[in-house]
Amino acid sequence: MSDFVGDWHALLVLVIAGFLPNEVWRMLGLWLGGGVDEGSELLIWVRAVATAILAGVIAQILVQPPGALASVPDWLRYGAVAAGFAAFMLTRRSIFAGVVCGEVAMVAGKWWLG
Amino acid sequence: MRSVGSTVLTLVLFATYLGIGALAHDTHFSLAWALASTALVWAGPAQIILISTLGSGATVVQAAIAVTVSAIRLFPMVVSVLPMMRTPQTKRRHLVLATHFIAVTLWVECFRLLPQVPRERRIAFTHGLGIGLCAVCLTATALGYGLAANLPQLFAAAILLLTPLAFLLSTARNCRQLADILALVLGLALFPLASQLHTGVDILISGISAGTIAYGVHAWRERE
Repeated sequence: MSDFVGDWHALLVLVIAGFLPNEVWRMLGLWLGGGVDEGSELLIWVRAVATAILAGVIAQILVQPPGALASVPDWLRYGAVAAGFAAFMLTRRSIFAGVVCGEVAMVAGKWWLG
Repeated sequence: MRSVGSTVLTLVLFATYLGIGALAHDTHFSLAWALASTALVWAGPAQIILISTLGSGATVVQAAIAVTVSAIRLFPMVVSVLPMMRTPQTKRRHLVLATHFIAVTLWVECFRLLPQVPRERRIAFTHGLGIGLCAVCLTATALGYGLAANLPQLFAAAILLLTPLAFLLSTARNCRQLADILALVLGLALFPLASQLHTGVDILISGISAGTIAYGVHAWRERE
């Protein structure tokens, strides 16, 4: 059972660094909502920064891969994501086709390398 | 409930949370931690930022700052979607749970599905959709965690690759304006540069600069 829970300190960190930072913005939206214009310039900037942060996270997983993903060579990781993106564009933005194609490219490449 | 099953995004969400479960395993968090993060944080990008920053040795404060900044985008989502659920009798406390469930997928689905639901039943509908999606995600988190623990390295790597793929493509799909597209491309390109600085908040540095440049280009084009 203690394996399942792990250590309580980590759960506290989860609440402080994970739960609260998200919930604050949601509840602020609930309390202050209405006063903010959907298309306002501030929101365009906020959305651009949020998108760029997410892009940074994607890049981090690819450039500094965690765990088992580190066993895949750099060029194969980038190539698989490029293949997935190409499939996504060719299928008129089907996320499903892109994800499947990227995964197949990586698994096939890894299998071929042995 | 049928709405939960019918959305293609549920499949993407499932894949994303498989990845999050696997990521949590490979960065040595417990299964309970991973499940609690799915239920409490309920925002895939924030969870990945949290797991990867803590996993790469950042302090709690650095991780909290990165997550807080990434979570700002929830604010405009909440502001834009809540008016669709309100009736003149609605009190704020009726909306608290619905507000907690708002994240990218639910936000997109609310715009698609709520107009077909009678106004007085929309809060209940959102609760059902939120709980259904949450159950799907908890299952996926546990499954991904278990798979990463037991699968051969090749398949574990494939599950970890789901996260960047699913996020890249769903973000690309949501890009409507030039500022969004530029932010995505610049954000990808600037991170490897910022990561050379080894500050612990590299993602913030690349994200804020890429986002601001993208916004600047947008503002400059508007003036033309």
